[in-house]
Amino acid sequence: MEKQVVDGLREVFQSGRSRPLQYRKQQLGALHRLITEHQEDIEQALKQDLNRNTYNTSLFELISIENDIKLAESEMADWAAPRPVKKNLNSALDDVYIKPEPLGVVLIIGTWNYPWAMILQPLVGAIAAGNAAVLKPSELSEHSARLMKELLPLYLDKEMYQVVTGGVPETQELLRQRFDHIFYTGSSAVGKLVMEAAARHLTPVTLELGGKSPCYVDKNCDIAVACRRITWGKFANCGQTCIAPDYILCEPSIQDRIVEEIQKTLLEFYQTDPKSSPDYCRIINTRHFDRVLALMNECTIALGGESDRSQCYIAPTVLKDVLPHFKIMQEEIFGPLLPIVTVNGLSEAIQFINAREKPLALYVFSSDKTVIKRMLAETSSGGVTVNDVLMHYTVDTLPFGGVGNSGMGRYHGKHTFDQLSHHRACLIKSFAMEGLNDARYPPLTAARLRKAKFFMQHRLCSCSGICVWAVIANLLAIGLKDNVP
Amino acid sequence: MSNTGVLTMESQKQVLERLRGAFRSGVTLPVHFRLTQLEAMMSLFEDNETQIIEAMHEDLAKPKFEAVLSEIEIVVNDICYAISNLQSWMQPTYVATNLATKLDDCFVRREPLGVVLIIGAWNYPLHLILLPLIGAIAAGNCAILKPSEISRATEKLLAELIPKYLSQECYAVIRGGAEETKTLLENRFDHIFYTGSQSVARCILLAAAVHLTPVTLELGGKCPCLIYGRLDMKAAAKRLVWAKFFNAGQSCVAPDYVLCTAETRDALLPFIKETLESFYGSDPQQSPDLGRIVTDRHWDRLLELLKKSEGKIVIGGESDKKTKYIAPTVVVDVMESDALMQEEIFGPILPILTIKSLDEAIYFVNEREKPLALYAFSDESQVVNTVLERTCSGGFCSNDGIVHMSLPGLPFGGVGASGMGNYHGRWGFETFSHKRGCMMRSWLLERVNVLRYPPYNESNLSWLRWATTAKKKGWAGCSVM
Repeated sequence: MEKQVVDGLREVFQSGRSRPLQYRKQQLGALHRLITEHQEDIEQALKQDLNRNTYNTSLFELISIENDIKLAESEMADWAAPRPVKKNLNSALDDVYIKPEPLGVVLIIGTWNYPWAMILQPLVGAIAAGNAAVLKPSELSEHSARLMKELLPLYLDKEMYQVVTGGVPETQELLRQRFDHIFYTGSSAVGKLVMEAAARHLTPVTLELGGKSPCYVDKNCDIAVACRRITWGKFANCGQTCIAPDYILCEPSIQDRIVEEIQKTLLEFYQTDPKSSPDYCRIINTRHFDRVLALMNECTIALGGESDRSQCYIAPTVLKDVLPHFKIMQEEIFGPLLPIVTVNGLSEAIQFINAREKPLALYVFSSDKTVIKRMLAETSSGGVTVNDVLMHYTVDTLPFGGVGNSGMGRYHGKHTFDQLSHHRACLIKSFAMEGLNDARYPPLTAARLRKAKFFMQHRLCSCSGICVWAVIANLLAIGLKDNVP
Repeated sequence: MSNTGVLTMESQKQVLERLRGAFRSGVTLPVHFRLTQLEAMMSLFEDNETQIIEAMHEDLAKPKFEAVLSEIEIVVNDICYAISNLQSWMQPTYVATNLATKLDDCFVRREPLGVVLIIGAWNYPLHLILLPLIGAIAAGNCAILKPSEISRATEKLLAELIPKYLSQECYAVIRGGAEETKTLLENRFDHIFYTGSQSVARCILLAAAVHLTPVTLELGGKCPCLIYGRLDMKAAAKRLVWAKFFNAGQSCVAPDYVLCTAETRDALLPFIKETLESFYGSDPQQSPDLGRIVTDRHWDRLLELLKKSEGKIVIGGESDKKTKYIAPTVVVDVMESDALMQEEIFGPILPILTIKSLDEAIYFVNEREKPLALYAFSDESQVVNTVLERTCSGGFCSNDGIVHMSLPGLPFGGVGASGMGNYHGRWGFETFSHKRGCMMRSWLLERVNVLRYPPYNESNLSWLRWATTAKKKGWAGCSVM
């Protein structure tokens, strides 16, 4: 079945249907209508999947998708246009440019924590770049998957874009097929399997993975504001965000103050009983609930710690004096537990971070510019927000993606378009200026070699001087034709 | 270390550890260090031009002319390009923000990846390993070079010269064959850059998947050359012959086969003959300007293809195993099922297939794997545009061959079966960098942040929606204030 889907899409892609920009804009417009006309259904599905409330759904998923669609609609013509590049003397009179072209059929594998954004944002770029696409939503967010499968064919061209639902066997079958690009969001463990499957067909991949995103709080900062922002980013979606601040690093002297400020903020956000707050989500299922709960063993609970398995509820929890060898520090938490690990200053914090896999995001809170500068210069991560959390995700001119264990490739805005396009190098020459070419033809003479080297150089070229050089090149070419033995 | 200069698995690990230690120390980060290394690479070429030409000659009977242009000049040009542009490439690029993020700084930092592995190929043994190295050095990485063991003289020269000119802490050459490469790939690298064949590329990708290592694969395929419509036959023949028989056809971007009408073929053949004679004389075997096949095994492979072919040899066909010589050969009446059409030729044999229309040629090309390069020869711009629009390939050049790869402004790389990723010029720097998106938020406007905090309400949502969706063309969108 999966093979038929992919073969069918490939055939339609090869017919050229998605080449015209008008077609792509039409599809994007239809996608936009899908979201606006079915916003309530989407919110309902997310409430069933994650107990997400409507505000969070708009904030974290729908607004990003809509903004990406609008940006693609208005900028697509620029993005898809040929991009001229610098020339050398040899090519002074030629057209030299990069032509963005669709890749073909792309596979987009989504994830359950933001089931709509993680699949539809890449899809926007795939459509804008002129590709066909197979979407494989996560089966863990089953209501969203079912709704996506039902709605997409009602709005988009079902011969170019299809949703395939199912679990592990269906995903494995899909991965046996040949795609022109695979875009996967999820865990590093499965990311390796996706890359392995892609290797068979030499398919390029974009992997948006995870990891433990560290959050360093310097003693020189507005701790109250820092804690508000951290609390927001950590406990939204019940901590199930790939770029949530995973753990805090700070000096022992400010640990208690941090706990105090987080406590105040939690009260303000979720009141005295987060379980009954309409704004607090749940863990996706009991398997993850058990996994996250077990991470609390060994730890000293500073705040929260309550849970209710029947609801997959875990209270917003802060753990203090956490040691590096604790289980909670060995894997990405992906839940509402916030461990605080104390370090003696910035150097130790940097050392701690660098001893671990490169994270998807890194956060540093400080009023001291040298602290920020050092943190940026001496660590590596997918992205960074300084003095806040999550926010770099929201600026579509910034490329979003991981490095090392946290992933490869990038997207958002134009970056998605570029990621899902082939940048074809084009040199358009005429038959004129054949005299210039004589320098490179055998038989070798010292004079020919000298001239060939001269014309290959771009050191003498500048954009403003190109016309002057073109004229000179022409004259020299005429001279060469007569003089070369 | 064994006495052939080949490292054991343990010694490979030691080299890797040394480079990793150097990278962690931060020595490659300052621009001054990178410039010094690039300048040292320049000196390597300036001081050793004769030895380089000799090694090329020993490995491939590469004519001096070709060695200078395609192994020395092209690399030296890229070094100069990197030296003059490095400071600007290293600068963070600030990106557009909108009203909501006016007080914040958003920029992209280009950061080194760590320790990268560059695996070279034998056909341009210096160029294909040192051109990527330029990008790796410029981007601030440490690098292990694994040159092809088939081009032995160059491999030996690299192993001798690289430690002499470049920092031994940061760059190393590891020699060996398939076994040593396999054990090398069991280690973890931060990027693997491979030039070579599709079958080996699959193994490399599998090895990379274990560590989630990103890769650049510069592969090959059959690069078609469509010749159609009105054209300057003489110029077309010269350019085609030059591109095809350069390095005795052993170029990943050589025009592999020609598609044209019978009339075009008949008009072109005399010019091809004339050009071959003007390039290599009446007996190409005596010309110092024609290369040889790299090994006996490759020579055998090519002769076998010629033997199995059902086409008609109209030019050349002569060969001499002792000197690994094959004459520039043109074969006509080649059908799709011919032996010459089943694999990348990578030799001085040019099949010409006839088609009746441009549509037929385009259909033929699109039925096959996406090639590394695609050529269209025509004086009619509509023909060139049609081919460009209706096909896909790594790169495209009209009315010439190979030369598109000498422009550092153009990214050089494949698509589909011909590869992934690209390099040359700035693209090499970008390939070996991580583009880190950074946002510096202001401490101010915490009151505005309240809009995003719980307890949630409709009115806050409306404000946020308005603020993020109200934007001008060209502004960055911001999903959450």
